[in-house]
Amino acid sequence: MSILLIADHDNTKLAAATLNTLAAATQIGGEVHVLVAGAQCQSVAQAASQLPGVSKVLHADAAHLGQFGPENLCATVMTVAGNYTHILASATSVGKSVAPRIAALLDVAQVSEITAVKSANTFVRPIYAGNAFATVQSNDAKIVITVRATGFDAAPASGGTAVIESLAAAPDTGLSQVVRQELSKSERPDLTAAKIIVSGGRGLGDGDKYRAVLTPLADKLGAAMGASRAAVDAGFVPNDYQVGQTGKIVAPELYIAVGISGAIQHLAGMKDSKVIVAINKDPDAPIFSVADYGLVADLFVAVPELAAAL
Amino acid sequence: MKILVPVKRVVDYNVKVRVKPDNSGVDLANVKMSMNPFCEIAVEEALRLQAKHAPTEVVAVSCGVSQCQETIRAALALGADRGILVETEAELQPLAVAKLLKAVASNEQPDLIILGKQAIDDDANQTGQMLAALLGWSQATFASKVEVKGSTVEVTREVDGGLETVEIKLPAIITTDLRLNEPRYATLPNIMKAKKKPLDTLKPEALGVDVTPRLKTLSVNEPAKRAAGVKVADVAALLDKLRNEAKVI
Ligand SMILES: Cc1cc2nc3c(=O)[nH]c(=O)nc-3n(C[C@H](O)[C@H](O)[C@H](O)COP(=O)(O)OP(=O)(O)OC[C@H]3O[C@@H](n4cnc5c(N)ncnc54)[C@H](O)[C@@H]3O)c2cc1C
Ligand SMILES: Nc1ncnc2c1ncn2[C@@H]1O[C@H](COP(=O)(O)O)[C@@H](O)[C@H]1O
Repeated sequence: MSILLIADHDNTKLAAATLNTLAAATQIGGEVHVLVAGAQCQSVAQAASQLPGVSKVLHADAAHLGQFGPENLCATVMTVAGNYTHILASATSVGKSVAPRIAALLDVAQVSEITAVKSANTFVRPIYAGNAFATVQSNDAKIVITVRATGFDAAPASGGTAVIESLAAAPDTGLSQVVRQELSKSERPDLTAAKIIVSGGRGLGDGDKYRAVLTPLADKLGAAMGASRAAVDAGFVPNDYQVGQTGKIVAPELYIAVGISGAIQHLAGMKDSKVIVAINKDPDAPIFSVADYGLVADLFVAVPELAAAL
Repeated sequence: MKILVPVKRVVDYNVKVRVKPDNSGVDLANVKMSMNPFCEIAVEEALRLQAKHAPTEVVAVSCGVSQCQETIRAALALGADRGILVETEAELQPLAVAKLLKAVASNEQPDLIILGKQAIDDDANQTGQMLAALLGWSQATFASKVEVKGSTVEVTREVDGGLETVEIKLPAIITTDLRLNEPRYATLPNIMKAKKKPLDTLKPEALGVDVTPRLKTLSVNEPAKRAAGVKVADVAALLDKLRNEAKVI
């Protein structure tokens, strides 16, 4: 077996999710190569070469790979795909966009968002918003996989000594280009990597109240901040705060859900958290069915009190 | 401009599915089926583009059992012009759907194909990207804003870090995210009108596509149950639990 792991990065550093994907690759077994495709991303190739269990880093550097457009990234992957039995990507916005393109060109199925490896061709993945888990087997010659980070404990980031080989980028397809980015800037930990998340829903009322009520609590806890779809739709916070079936999948040590009812689509994104706290004034809110500790209270009273007591 | 909108018939998003006792799958008997919510958003976007860029034809396509006609009729009731059903009893996986849609696209020659980003049953998030690859087209997944500008489309995408705007060449594939638009409701007169709109039926064989599933489902299981939690009386009790029982703060 030989695995190609497509690293997720921003041309400067490896994304945390890559370590979880590496853990999945290690469970599949066999030789693991990491592809670092980007522009001026030497530092990422260096970091990837330190990953334990990785024997080779393929470093493809070209201006047209710098924005991780799926058309160009896929074209470069295809130049080496023939050498591998498995191609793995993290279930991030880049991984989810490129992996199915690769699978289609290889004429093989993709196994999306695996949460467990049963054998080299058998995997577990959530379906129906995590209300069921399917164990699926692929008998295709190659298997393309995206890995859900919360399913695998991160592999260590150092200790390895892989060789770095440069790989020629496939020519620019010219099909797409990034014209603008509006990325959320935050001093807080990344939502998908945070140990503690304070998450707010429609119950917060508006964006100003969301910030006024939740920020002091998140500051005290060193927490990342998340939200329900309703809170994002209503413009309280940007889209990258959304937790759920169609947002981010998180599994922190502690998830504090404030003014969130607990729709199945929201639960799908957070119910693997180690400890869940729910603060909601409705004692029948479904969020309490997954909460380890439920507090039936007016959030505008309880949350400031909690923050003050920390 | 011609826009193709693939629409999938799925278990309604309000239904909490149950795993069958023999673990062979989820129980779909007597369960309410609806159009995948992301496909509704795709239809709505196609109709809004049609309003701006007339003359435009919006064609809804669904692949699957004969009841998928209802899903197509729902799209027609929203305003799509005609429908295509690729009818089969076979289990369809995303690669097979992408191949069927490619065949339909080569007959129809659309400028744009708008799909949902994800079907809420298989949660695969694959079909649009696969179709783009098979056609050799550009793609913009997770769209929250779409603007057609001559021979290109500017699409704002919801990405992990926030928003990213890409310019892609037509013909192109777009997949919808939740905040692209708020789909309209079908009015009664439009539901009546939809019954008279053309709906063609094709078979995978006629399109020359082998739809044999590539992934075999060995079993389907319930998720691990969380141990029952407790309600705490007040903030002090909550803090005590978090500090001394869960030890997470
Ligand atoms: C295709 C699809 C995908 C979706 N994907 C997602 C997703 O990824 N993530 C997601 O979150 N949702 C998703 N949803 C939406 C989901 O179905 C719910 O609509 C949403 O999660 C509700 O958000 P909420 O809990 O903030 O709002 P609500 O359901 O309105 O709940 C607000 C809660 O706040 C409580 N509250 C109000 N005031 C107070 C107060 N003063 N003190 C204490 N509590 C108070 C109320 O009791 C209530 O329980 C999706 C829906 C669809 C159809
Ligand atoms: N059987 C189908 N018929 C029509 N469109 C489909 C079908 N399956 C998937 N699609 C389209 O592909 C999108 C993504 O589905 P998936 O890749 O299965 O998550 C859906 O929102 C539809 O637009």
